[in-house]
Parts: sequence; structure tokens; C-alpha cells
Amino acid sequence: MAINYIYPEFDVIRDPNRCITCRICERECSNGVHIYDADRKTLRADETKCVDCQRCVATCPTRALKIVKNTCALRENENWHENSIKEIFKQASSGGVLLSSMGAPNPLAVYWERILLNASQVTNPSIDPLREPMETRVFLGRKPSKITRRPDGTLDTTLAPQLELETPIMFSAMSYGSISYNAHASLARAAQELGIFYNTGEGGLHEDFYQYGAHTIVQVASGRFGVHEDYLNAGAAIEIKMGQGAKPGIGGHLPGAKIVGDVSKTRMIPEGSDAISPAPHHDVYSIEDLRQLVFSLKEATRYQKPVIVKVAAVHNIAAIASGIARSGADIIAIDGYRGGTGAAPTRIRDNVGIPIELALASVDKRLRDEGIRNDVSLVVGGSVRNAADVVKAIALGADACYIATAALIALGCHLCRTCQTGRCNWGIATQRAELVKRLDPDEGRRRLVNLLTAWRYEIMEIMGGMGINSIETLRGNRSMLRGVNMTSKELEILGIAHAGE
Amino acid sequence: MQREGQVRIPSGCAISAMISTTGARMTGETIVKSMIPMHDRSNGLGGGFAGYGIYPEYREFYALHVFFDDPSAQYECEKYLKEGYEIVKSESIPIRKIPEITDVPIIWRYFVAPLASVLSRLQLDEHEFVARTVTKINSQFRGAYVFSSGKNMGAFKAVGFPEDVGRFYRLEEYAGYSWTAHGRYPTNTPGWWGGAHPFALLDYSVVHNGEISSYDANRRFIEMFGYRCTLQTDTEVIAYIADYLLRRQGLTLEELASVIAAPFWSELDASESVESSSRAYLRKVFPSLLLTGPFSIVLGFTGGVMALNDRLKLRSMVTASNRDVHYIASEEAAIRAMDPDARNVYSPAGGEPVIIKVEEGAY
Ligand code: SF4
Ligand code: SF4
Repeated sequence: MAINYIYPEFDVIRDPNRCITCRICERECSNGVHIYDADRKTLRADETKCVDCQRCVATCPTRALKIVKNTCALRENENWHENSIKEIFKQASSGGVLLSSMGAPNPLAVYWERILLNASQVTNPSIDPLREPMETRVFLGRKPSKITRRPDGTLDTTLAPQLELETPIMFSAMSYGSISYNAHASLARAAQELGIFYNTGEGGLHEDFYQYGAHTIVQVASGRFGVHEDYLNAGAAIEIKMGQGAKPGIGGHLPGAKIVGDVSKTRMIPEGSDAISPAPHHDVYSIEDLRQLVFSLKEATRYQKPVIVKVAAVHNIAAIASGIARSGADIIAIDGYRGGTGAAPTRIRDNVGIPIELALASVDKRLRDEGIRNDVSLVVGGSVRNAADVVKAIALGADACYIATAALIALGCHLCRTCQTGRCNWGIATQRAELVKRLDPDEGRRRLVNLLTAWRYEIMEIMGGMGINSIETLRGNRSMLRGVNMTSKELEILGIAHAGE
Repeated sequence: MQREGQVRIPSGCAISAMISTTGARMTGETIVKSMIPMHDRSNGLGGGFAGYGIYPEYREFYALHVFFDDPSAQYECEKYLKEGYEIVKSESIPIRKIPEITDVPIIWRYFVAPLASVLSRLQLDEHEFVARTVTKINSQFRGAYVFSSGKNMGAFKAVGFPEDVGRFYRLEEYAGYSWTAHGRYPTNTPGWWGGAHPFALLDYSVVHNGEISSYDANRRFIEMFGYRCTLQTDTEVIAYIADYLLRRQGLTLEELASVIAAPFWSELDASESVESSSRAYLRKVFPSLLLTGPFSIVLGFTGGVMALNDRLKLRSMVTASNRDVHYIASEEAAIRAMDPDARNVYSPAGGEPVIIKVEEGAY
């Protein structure tokens, strides 16, 4: 056998004094790390298979386990990082494109962390959210540029279709197929309870979930999997997925192994066949084509649903967004460089696209410069990690945020970044029945509701500190932001002043 | 030192207003008096007044009040004005030299009418044309600042305590059917006359007490429609919002109040009236024009005034009346200074507009 150049990344440390040989870890690990040695009546570990998902650690009744980073290291090199070397080992042995999942892990500029928020002192009172009303409701969709009146002089209050959100956060697209039935059920139920929306992703909508339609955004992606008239009319809005932050310019590939049972039925493709979404929509090669697609979807739904166009944050995003705003879209969703994925080529994920903070700032500015900001709403994601990120995004100009990774973490994801293997031990990124059932959809719903409830409290607290009692006046209110550790160019693009100014 | 407009300066303030519903013209002396008991609400860094009905003999013309830093700024500005306007009168605004008011710029007034040929070429109505002229001068002409641009009305302002500013401008020599006043307490000293209040555009003028937390959201929205917030003050952005919603969108005063001090959703949700659905509609369409944070404002316009508090009523404001004359002020003491016999003292609720209009035809 050829030598394996790669030494395992993690060490599985089992405290023999604590282990009671219950063999739970053996059953819990879908990767087959823990092996029972019947002769010695002990457990041993095959570290080569460990992905550090922490499932065994969490389920071991005696806390006998620890997964730690293996200290065995290659000789240090500031140019040839250990990871770069190991990737070469992998490619030299496989001859293939490297695959990864979840968002880019490299330390590239996280601008959220360099932006600080304002609070009132003396000249303007802060507002206590426990005593005073604090409003977080937003409406997404096109607003009229001119007020019109009926013949009797009253306001004509007809409005293009809107999405009403009690908190400006939605669950972004994750397809049924890339994540499990129970993960979808958790998201759908939570969205309903929270008065927000979840997103089907490109895998169609399972018939069981039509009941949550009023809180569902149905996606139309380049593969058009699962798209039919009832599907389009089932949701509250339709999202055309032009791109994704983790893999701009790239299509999707769900391996045949995951196209089983209901997944195949929902996607409307045969079992076992690979689901390949082409890189572009083959009917959208230009902005005029996009306009046609937007309007054909509107026709199909009798102009009752807002249409979202989702794009990845790429270099020319401001001009692209301006084109989309004029294409008839009601909402533009922008997915940043650090956005997550169920599977993407590593090189693409880690090198293509731009951070969402910069994309958002320049899109919001461009739409205002052109006087068309009120024609569309802006939703941003990739990656929004906590309530402060949400507040900063809204103050930069977003109407709402999309979250996905944060929602999965609430469901138990430990960010092991191996979703592409389909063996998620937390029952999320998997279709294996024995793993899926580990995620209880009602418990999942409860945790998601808790998470967003907590974020909402935090948002209200921050707003109150700024003396703002309605999220509408936080939106685009960039004077509430200051930058630290930034060049003047970065500040200029973000449209904010440096701290101390 | 940065000038106002290059830096945003929060400030506290005093405001007052008086109006005769029969259109009786009152001299500026009374409104000036109202500021004396509120002396401590200002700090000598800005005061001003707006009077309506003060130029009856020129009522057809826009009265432009302009500050110039030097004669060359005036020369450039006049050259530009002459391209688009007939100037029927050009004079320096009469002042009284007093030791309390220093660093006096050139203060000029022009009565002008847009040239019909220019309006038809640009296909603009005259209000829009004048508004664009003001925006252009204030954002692009160095050393020139138009601080009043309405018809048969005028704003008068300076750096100083308001009662001194009133004496300085000899307001006792003017008579109008309504007056508003402002004393300013900025937290820092830009010392620039343009930064004082009221802020006026066309015949809208705003005096304001408070510091809105929504400022940048409001500014960035309103600038989409050609306005330029050159002063970075709340008052300026509120005046533009009033102009945009009243003149350009055709909203009523009540509707304007409903946008800028929008009712809470909980209130709107609880009612199924036509009025609530109109107000909910306005809130959905103009979310970025909601004002949050403390404010009390008096909006002056031809034929009336509107007083409004923020929806939580974080700033004091009272109203009162005596026969045909109605009063509004930050403190009752200011009303008493104008009229010791004023009655019906009332403290409007947060977000409740108080609109007082002169009888039709009486102004
Ligand atoms: S789960 Fe813990 S106690 Fe049970 S066998 Fe594994 S390591 Fe030992
Ligand atoms: S979803 Fe599952 S496989 Fe993917 S990163 Fe999270 S824990 Fe790992």
C-alpha cells in the first residue's frame, strides 16, 4: 500500500479512567472513528476518519472524550503553510478538484469586527426597550415613487406585494437534499412561529411543507429542480438564484447518493441520478433575459408575489444590482464571499467574490445615487453571525439579513465543514434516516426561535442605546457606525467615518 | 476649525411661535420677547426668526435672503441669479449694530421672479426651479448661503442670543400674521450664521428643538431627490422632508405628521379604519422618513403653522390661545411673555400634530 502522506488532523483522546465502555460513541459516529475491540473490551479510535464534529464528545455520558488538534506538525514555513502542502498531497493522490463546505475559513477581512456602534449620551436620550415600544417590523418589496389619490381624494393604498417581517432576519436558501427533512421542518416551523421566512433552496418543496407556504420563499435556480406552477404559488415570494457567495459563477452538484426517496420526488429527477445545476441559467445570458424571467414568474403567480433575485457579491456588484433593480425584481439578495455552502470547490470558495460588508455599502450607495433605492429592498447574507452583525448590516443600508450557517449552528451543527460527505452526525447535512432522526424538528424549531428571539432582544437593546425606537430609522443610518483599523479607502467604500472623527 | 456642514453638531434649543387666525399682522417685537424667559435654553450660538406676511408689497416675488462672506462671493452669485431670474429689488437687509452681534457677514435680500423663458426651456414649475437654485448656491457657491427663499415671508438668523438677534434685525419694523422663533444650544462652536435656525426652503420654515437619532437615514433618503444637506443639521433635513412630502408628493399636513412621527404598528394593527390603513400605507412607503429621537418642531408655511412632537414626546412643547392668536412654545413661560392672558394651555401628545391655519383669504 502506498504511504499516506497526511497525518490525521485530530487526536481522539479517551480517558480510560472515565470510559465505561458503553459504546455510545461507536454508534454515534457515522464516520466509523470509534471501534470496539472485543478481545480487550476497550474502544480504540481511527483518527484518520475523524472530522471533529464533536458528536461523540457531546454524547459520551462520562465526558471521557476530547478531540484536539493534532500537534504533529510539518516544519514551519511562512510561505508554504501546512494546509497548502496537505492540499498538494491530496491532489497528487486523487487527481481531483478539492471540495469543501461551509464558508471560507481563512482570516480574510471580517469588516463587521472593525465597525463599532454608537450610543446616546446627554444630548439625546437612550430609550429603554423594556419600558418603551421598540419596533423591528420591516416590509420588503418595491415602494411606489409617487403617491396617488383616488377621485375622492383619499390615498390609493395599493402596494406591490411585500414580505412583512417581524424581525429583519430570514433563513436563507438551503435545499432539501443538501440538508435533511428534519432540518427543513425545523426551519419551516420556526419561520412560521417567528413571523419570518425560510427558503427552500433549489431542491423543490416537499409536499409536507406546503402548509408553511405563507412563511416560505421558493427558489428557482439554474437546474429548475422541483419547479412547477403549484410550487411557485405555494410560497410567499419567489427567489431567482443567480449566484451564491461561496461559489460565484459555479453551479451545484448534489451527488446521486443523496438523490433518494423523497429527495428525488421533490426534485422531480430519478433516484440515484446526480442533480447538476448548470453554472448559468441557460435562459439568462443578459440583464434583458433576467427581466423576462422575472416577469414570466410574476405572470405565473399573477403578480401576487414579490420576486427576489439573489446574486453573489462579485467585483462589479454595484452595477449588477442597479441592473437588477431595473429588471422588475422587488428584492435583491446579495450573498457575500464568506457565505456557506453544502459543497463547493475549495479554490472557488476561498478566492472568488468580495466581502458582503463592502458589497452592501457600495450597492446601497449606487442605488441611492441613481435614486432607485426605494424601488427594491436589499437583503444580505454571508456571513451574518450575531445580532451586532445584523445591526451593522442594517445601518450600512440593508433592509434585512439572511442567515443560514448561524441557523444550522442553532440546530447543532458544529461547523466541521464536511457536509459534502453526507454523513453529518447532527442530522443536518445528511439523508441517512438513522442520522436524520437525531434532529428532532420540534426541538430544532424551539432552538431557532430562541436564537432569533435572543437576537431580537439584542437588536432592540442596541437600538435603544442609540435613541432609535424603530428599525426603519436604523436602516442606512451610517452615522451610527465608526471604523477602526481601516484605510481611508475602506472607510470611503463603507461610507463611514473613522472612530474618533 | 470645521464649519457647520463639514461636521455634525448636536444641539438643544428653545422654540416658539405665534399666529393670528384672522390674518392680523403683528410686529416682530412680541415673538422676540418670548425668547427672553427661555434664555438658558440657548447659549448664544444661534438664534433666529421667521415671519409670514411680512412683504405684502412684494408678495408675487420670491424673497431670497443671502449671507455672503465677501463681495466676490456676492458678485459670482448675482451673476448666476441673473441668468434665471428677474431681480426686482436688491438691497442689504437693515440691521442695528449692537455689541452682542459680531462677525457680521454681508446680509442681502433679493426679490426675484424666475424668467418664464427659462422655466419653459427646463420644463420646471417655478417652485422646483427656485428650490434647485437654492440647493445649487448652497452646495456649490463658495461663500454664499441662501437662508430664506419663500414668497411674502422671510427668515432672519445670526450667531448670538435670539433676543439680540431680534434687535439686530430690527424685527419690530416688520409685521406678519405668523412668527416662529428659535434659540440654539449647540454643543460646540462653529460660529457660522448659516447654521442658525430657522431653516427655510421656499415658504417652508422649520424651527426645531431636539436631536433626531434618525438623521443619517433621513438624509441619505432625501438626498436621492436632489436635496443636499449642506448643514448636517436636523432642522435642515426636516425642512427638506416637509418640502418633499408636501410639495412634491402632495401629502396633507396630517399625512406629513403621520410619516415623520408615525403611529406605532401596535396602534395601526389594532384599528381597521380607512385612516389607519392610509397611515400604515404611508409608513410602509416612507419608512426612511420617520424621525426618531427627541424633537419638537414648528413648521411654518404660507397661511399657517404646524407644531409636532416626536412620538414619545421626549421634548416639552405647549400651546395656548387668546381670541384669534395662537401660541406655541417649548415652555409656558415663553407664551406668558408674549401674552400674559393666553388661555387654553395644552400639551399636545407625542405625534399629535397641532395645525393652525389663517382663515382663507385673510393672508
Ligand atoms: S461514549 Fe464515552 S464512555 Fe461510552 S464508550 Fe465512548 S468514550 Fe467510552
Ligand atoms: S452541517 Fe453537519 S456536516 Fe455540515 S458542518 Fe455542520 S455538523 Fe458538519
